[in-house]
Amino acid sequence: MSTTLAGILFIGSLVLALAVVYRPLGDYMYRVYDGDRHWRVERAVYRVIGVRPESEQTWGVYARGVLAFSAVSILFLYGLQRLQDHLLLSLGFAPVKPDQAWNTAVSFVTNTNWQSYSGESTMGHLVQMAGLAVQNFVSAAVGMCVAVALIRGFARRRTDHLGNFWVDLVRGTLRILLPIAFVGAIALIAGGLVQNFGDANHHVITTITGAQQRITGGPVASQEVIKELGTNGGGFYNANSSHPFENGAPWTNWLEIFLILVIPFALCRTFGRMVGQNRQGYAILAVMATIALISVSLVNVFQLMHHGTVPTAAGAASEGVETRFGVANSATFAGATTLTSTGAVDSFHDSYTGLGGMMTLFNMMLGEVAPGGTGSGLYGMLVLAVITVFVAGLMVGRTPEYLGKKIGAREIKCAALYFLITPILVLTGTAVAMATGAGRAGPLNSGAHGLSEVLYAFTSASNNNGSAFAGITVNTVFYDTALGLCMALGRFLPMIFVLALAGSLARQGGTPESEGTLPTHRPQFVGMVTGVTVVLVALTFLPALALGPLAEGIH
Amino acid sequence: MRAPIWIRQHFAAARALLLFTVLLGVVYPLAVFAVAQLPGLQHKADGSYVKAGGRTVGSALIGQSFTNKNGDPLKQYFQSRPSNAGDGYDPTATSASNLGPEDVVDTLPDPRLLAAGKEDENARPSLLTQVCARSKAVGKLDGVSGARPFCTPGGAGAVLAVFGHRTAGGGVPHPTRVVSVNEQQGVVKAPFVGAYHGVKVELAKFGEDYAAGLVVPVKGDAPAEPAVPADAVTASGSGLDPHISPAYAAIQVRRVAQARGVGPAQVERLVNKAKDGRVLGFMGEPRVNVLKLNIALDREYPVRS
Repeated sequence: MSTTLAGILFIGSLVLALAVVYRPLGDYMYRVYDGDRHWRVERAVYRVIGVRPESEQTWGVYARGVLAFSAVSILFLYGLQRLQDHLLLSLGFAPVKPDQAWNTAVSFVTNTNWQSYSGESTMGHLVQMAGLAVQNFVSAAVGMCVAVALIRGFARRRTDHLGNFWVDLVRGTLRILLPIAFVGAIALIAGGLVQNFGDANHHVITTITGAQQRITGGPVASQEVIKELGTNGGGFYNANSSHPFENGAPWTNWLEIFLILVIPFALCRTFGRMVGQNRQGYAILAVMATIALISVSLVNVFQLMHHGTVPTAAGAASEGVETRFGVANSATFAGATTLTSTGAVDSFHDSYTGLGGMMTLFNMMLGEVAPGGTGSGLYGMLVLAVITVFVAGLMVGRTPEYLGKKIGAREIKCAALYFLITPILVLTGTAVAMATGAGRAGPLNSGAHGLSEVLYAFTSASNNNGSAFAGITVNTVFYDTALGLCMALGRFLPMIFVLALAGSLARQGGTPESEGTLPTHRPQFVGMVTGVTVVLVALTFLPALALGPLAEGIH
Repeated sequence: MRAPIWIRQHFAAARALLLFTVLLGVVYPLAVFAVAQLPGLQHKADGSYVKAGGRTVGSALIGQSFTNKNGDPLKQYFQSRPSNAGDGYDPTATSASNLGPEDVVDTLPDPRLLAAGKEDENARPSLLTQVCARSKAVGKLDGVSGARPFCTPGGAGAVLAVFGHRTAGGGVPHPTRVVSVNEQQGVVKAPFVGAYHGVKVELAKFGEDYAAGLVVPVKGDAPAEPAVPADAVTASGSGLDPHISPAYAAIQVRRVAQARGVGPAQVERLVNKAKDGRVLGFMGEPRVNVLKLNIALDREYPVRS
C-alpha cells in the first residue's frame, strides 16, 4: 500500500471511530450534566468539600468557584515542586526553581501544559503523579464546566442559575474522565507504555556492545492517557509522545489521537441535547469537522511533499519523526494536537516544512475551536457562532438571535472581549520579546524561523496549547514569567467573559422564531461560521505569519 | 460567625483539591499499576526488556547505539538512526534537533582550536550539513553512493552567500562576490563549484560575517531519491527510535554479512524476521527493530574473534 493511501485510511478510520462514539458519548455526557441524581460516593465527596449539591449558582459565584479552585491548584502545585526533594519518589531531583515552578504550575492548571522543563531530569514521580497528572484531570473538567454553564445559559429561561460548579467538576471528573482514562491506560500498556515506579539509577543496563544505558521508567501510562483525553499535552518525558514509553506503537499513536479528539467532538452532541435541538449540535460539529479535515489534510500534504532545502536533501520530512509513525501519521497527530488545546507532540514541529509548521501555528491561532480543548473548544466555537449571528444581523438590519436568545449589546461585548484577548496576548507578547534582549536570546534558529519560534511560543501559551517550536530556550526568567502570564490571562479572562455571557443569556426569556430568524442549523450558517472563524484569524495574524513561516515556506 | 462566601469557596477548593489529589494522584495510578501486574501486561509495564545470553541488554522499545568507544559504527551490527538524545540514545536526555527546514548555514569552528586538536564549542553544523555528512559517512560504510541534493561531495551543505545588488524580486542577477559558506579555508581544498554567474566562488574564512549575502542552496544533480534513505540521515523526535526503515536495513546487509563471514541471504533472512509491517495494513510505517535484529545476529552468526 502506498504511503499516501495508508495516510488517508489512517485519517478515515479516525473519522469513522469518532462518528461511532459521537452519539453514545455525547448522550452520556448530557445525562451526566443534566441528571438530578447524585451517586452515593459523590454525596460523600460533597460532604468532604463542604458544599450543598442542590444549590444553584449565579454566573458570578460559578466564576469565583472556577477561580478559587484554580488559584488553590496553582499554589499547591507550586509548593509541591518547590518541596519535591523532601517528598517520596523524588528520584533525587532538586526543587524546581521559582520562576520555572510558577510557569509549570500555571501551565498545568490552565490546561496548557507548556513545559520549560525536561520531565526525565526535573520531576520526581510524586510530582508527576499527584501534582501534574491530577491537574490533567481537573483542568480538563473545569473547561467542561464552563462549556456546560454556557450551554445552560442558552437552554434556560429567565433565571440567574447556571448550575453548581462543584457538582459539574466532580461529575465531569468521576463519571467521564476517570472511567475512560482507566480503560485507556490499560490499553496503552498493552501497546508498550510503562507503568512502574522504577528509578533510572536502578535500571542501568549493559548493552550488547558493552555500553551503559539508563532506562527511565515511571507511572507513565496513567498520565499519558489523561494527557491526551483531557487535551493537556504535558509529556512525562522531554520527548513527549514521540518517546517509545509514551507512544510505543503505530496503533497507540492512533488511539492517542482518538483520545485527543473524542470529548471535544462529542460535546457538540451534549450541546444539542441540552438546548433541545440535536440539529444545532450537528451544525457546530459540521463547522469543527470541516476546519479540522481541511487543516489535517493540508499538514499531511505539506509534509509529504517535503518542500524546502533540508527536507529535499533528506528525501523526506523525516527530521524529528519516528520511524514507527512515519511522516503522514505524525502530520495527523500534529494537526489534532494543535486544533485542540493539547500540545502533545509525536514529532517535532520545529523541524517541519515551512508550510507544514505554519499550519500547526495557524491551527492554534484559530483559537483552538475545531474541535478545541475539552470544553474550551465548544465554548470558543459558540462565541464565534454568536459573533457570526451578530455579523449576519448587521447585514440585514435585524436584532440578531441565537437559539432563541437575543444577542444584544451586553452579549456582543462579552463575545468581542473574549475574542480579543488572545490576539492581544500573542502579538504584544511576541513584540515585547523581539524588542528585548532577554526575548531575542531565546530562539535557536536564526532569521524568519527564529521569529516563528517566538511567535509559536506566545501563540501556544496564550491559547493554552502547550506545544512548541521546541528549539527556543524558554527556561529563562523572562520566558517563564511572560509565558506564565499569557497562559493565566489566556485561560481565565476568556472564561470570565464566557460565564458573564452565559449569565446574561440565562436571564432572557425565549424569543419565538419568526420569518426573519436566521436558521442556525443549515449549511448556510455552517459556512458562515467557518468563514467568520477563518477571516477573523487571517485578518489578525496574517502580518505576523508573513514575517515568519510564510517568509520561510515561500521562496 | 461565618466567613464571607469568597473565603469559604477557597476552603472548599482546597478540600476538593486534596481529595482529588488522593483519588487521582495516588489511588488511580496505583490501580492502573495493579492491573498492569497481570501476565501479558507486566512485561510491557516494566519496560519491555529483552535478554541476550541470559542477561538483560536493553528494552525492545528503546533504541541503542551500536558503536565502539570512539563512537565509530561497529561493522558487525546494524546501525540505528542518528540521535539527539544526549551523546546518542540516552534515555535521561531525550530530545530532537529542533532545527528548521532552512537551517543551512554552519557556524564554522575556529581553525586554531582544530589545529590544537580541540573542539570548538561555539561551532555548530547546520541541519543541512549534518544530513550531508551523515549521508557521506553511511555511503562510505555501506559501499553505496552518499550523494544527495544540496550536498557537496565533501559532505557539507552546498550553500552560497551571494553578494551584490538585489532586485525587487530578491534575486542577485549580477553578483560581485560569492562565498561557499559551509566549506572552510584550510579544511576544504576547493569549493564544490568553481564559479557562480561568472564570479569565482571563494571558500569561507573563520570569523567573517556573510549575513549580508543572499543565501543560495545549490541543488546539484544528485538523484532526488538518494541511495542512502532519509531515516539514515535524519534524527528521530525522541532520540530513542528503536527502528530503522527496511530500506536502511537493506543497504546494511552486505556489510554486516561480510563482517560476520556469512552470506547476505542469511542476514537478509534475519532482517525479514525483525521486520514489522503497518498495523492493520495502514497504521504507521514498515520498520525493522534494530536491537532485536542485532541480538538475533549474535545468536545465530556470532562474530569469531
